[in-house]
Amino acid sequence: MTPLVEVKNLVKHFERGGGWFRAKTVVKAVDDVSFVVNEGETFALVGESGSGKSTTGRCMLRLIEPTSGEVLFRGKNVLGYSGAEMRAARRDMQMVFQDPYSSLNPRMRAFTIVEEPLVIHAIGSRADRRARVAELFTLVGLDPAHLDRYPHEFSGGQRQRIGLARALALNPSFIIADEPVSALDVSIQAQVINLLMDLQDQLKLTYLFIAHDLRLVRHISTRVAVMYLGRIVEMGKTPEIFANAQHPYTKALLSAVPATDPDAPRARIELDPALVSHGAPLRQISEGHFAAV
Amino acid sequence: MTEPLLWVQNLTTVFDVKPRPVVAVKDVSFEIRKGETLGLVGESGSGKSVTAFSIIGLLQPPGRVAGGRVLFQGRDLAQLAEPEMRQVRGAGIGFVFQEPMAALNPVMRVGAHIAEALIVHGLASKGEARDRAVELLRAVKITDPEKRVDDYPHQLSGGMRQRVMMAVALACKPPLLIADEPTTALDVTVQAQVLDLLRDMKAQFDLSLLLITHDLGVIAETADRVAVMYAGRIVEQGTVREIFHEPKHPYTRGLLASIPGGAAGSRLQAIDGTVPNLASLPPGCSFAPRCGDRMAVCGTAFPPVTHLGGGPSPGLPASAGEHAVRCYLHGGRP
Repeated sequence: MTPLVEVKNLVKHFERGGGWFRAKTVVKAVDDVSFVVNEGETFALVGESGSGKSTTGRCMLRLIEPTSGEVLFRGKNVLGYSGAEMRAARRDMQMVFQDPYSSLNPRMRAFTIVEEPLVIHAIGSRADRRARVAELFTLVGLDPAHLDRYPHEFSGGQRQRIGLARALALNPSFIIADEPVSALDVSIQAQVINLLMDLQDQLKLTYLFIAHDLRLVRHISTRVAVMYLGRIVEMGKTPEIFANAQHPYTKALLSAVPATDPDAPRARIELDPALVSHGAPLRQISEGHFAAV
Repeated sequence: MTEPLLWVQNLTTVFDVKPRPVVAVKDVSFEIRKGETLGLVGESGSGKSVTAFSIIGLLQPPGRVAGGRVLFQGRDLAQLAEPEMRQVRGAGIGFVFQEPMAALNPVMRVGAHIAEALIVHGLASKGEARDRAVELLRAVKITDPEKRVDDYPHQLSGGMRQRVMMAVALACKPPLLIADEPTTALDVTVQAQVLDLLRDMKAQFDLSLLLITHDLGVIAETADRVAVMYAGRIVEQGTVREIFHEPKHPYTRGLLASIPGGAAGSRLQAIDGTVPNLASLPPGCSFAPRCGDRMAVCGTAFPPVTHLGGGPSPGLPASAGEHAVRCYLHGGRP
């Protein structure tokens, strides 16, 4: 397994408030986060809203500038890149966003939305680009006959496919998918997840999958990291985490997932904040399994 | 068998929009007995929220109830004048919405929301209302209720706001609570707490519950009986075990199969196609275009209700305790 992306001691602090007589308060959204994403795998970041999982993803692509730390992509620290170098690097690292309603410009046709990255990176002639966008449409399961429609003419699932086609336009090897299906209906979620898995096989993609739905994470990811208040509190192979969680927060999170069997025994574990030793370092539990306990 | 607490019969709701009216809820029938939780499950646009708003008469134009009856404690709600209906809302039927921030008034303190409900229904004087509010906040397990009663909604977390909504809804001790996606906006651990609280409240206040959600996990944990809605109609109804262990309608089966839970990395069983546009429903069964078991008959007319248990006993509501489905695979062929 070759590491494709390595995040080292990533920190993002947001300052807020601060007036003449009031001190600024610092929110540690991402607090010393380190992990590795290996080539070809799906690495999941899970946690609740405010745990810092989306901020981590955005910092990796420098959509938000991190406060400190390193993000190595194929061994090179992208945080040291100039604007032009970063733009070039983004050909290889793309993002799919959660909300297919707000992430597509409503006044642009689907064709233009998917074509835009090709235009920005000056790839191909107009005719080439049209052909490439049609090819991408077919790849993600959209009808190329609908190239000139506007986003509102597509359903939620179809819009998420447009977002995916745009992310794939430049042939990236690494995709950060930030809650890619949580805005979709259950019957449509499965379609998009299947598509993500097919594309991974077909195009040899590596995913960082940011999600709060643990059932989905268990299904799609090879390894998982659990974030709590800006820190990774547990990390390891997915089956190991689900079978043998060590951190009290992970245990509480897993026990909160509603079972889809009315006869399943309910063993809810409430998180006792006193059990969380905040700032505890990750300790190796077994091969590749780490927990901050 | 006593009469159900809430009995919805052939409810049909129409939105009068151009170019032609859209039928959002068609021929929906169910009942909720005392102490029972009915889970109404469906995807966005299936008509579950419109059903709830139609029941309590809070449908906004262009929506209107075009047919059917809603009997609550034996009274036909359509026959009530607005002042009587206001009594039913709150004192008879409590309501919890999905988005607590939108349902709470941002410039009113938490206690004032609860006090208002009590005073409007004449259940407390201004002096007593505050103490009752503190009591109710304690009942919904808000820590430090004496202090929280003076907070504004924005000072509370999402889960706490949902608890406040529940305190407001339960203030007048209604026998029925309608909860429309009460946990959808919440994190999974907070969702678990709110669901546990709903179960507690049900026992403590002797409540019946209409729980509307798209999340089958929430249904499995909370409901006694389940009604599955698709494109404005109930396509299957039964006890929670019947629905989860022996689903009959291809849509119900598809929904259950599309939940991740099988072997990791395997393909999920997706339902093909998309939810139909209510303005241009196909003739016959609305699910037929997405259905793997489609037959020629499915395009003719919407399948009638088939009672799998052999039909209702005489004198009982048509849907009482019976596993029922609207699908030609299981009967009703012309």
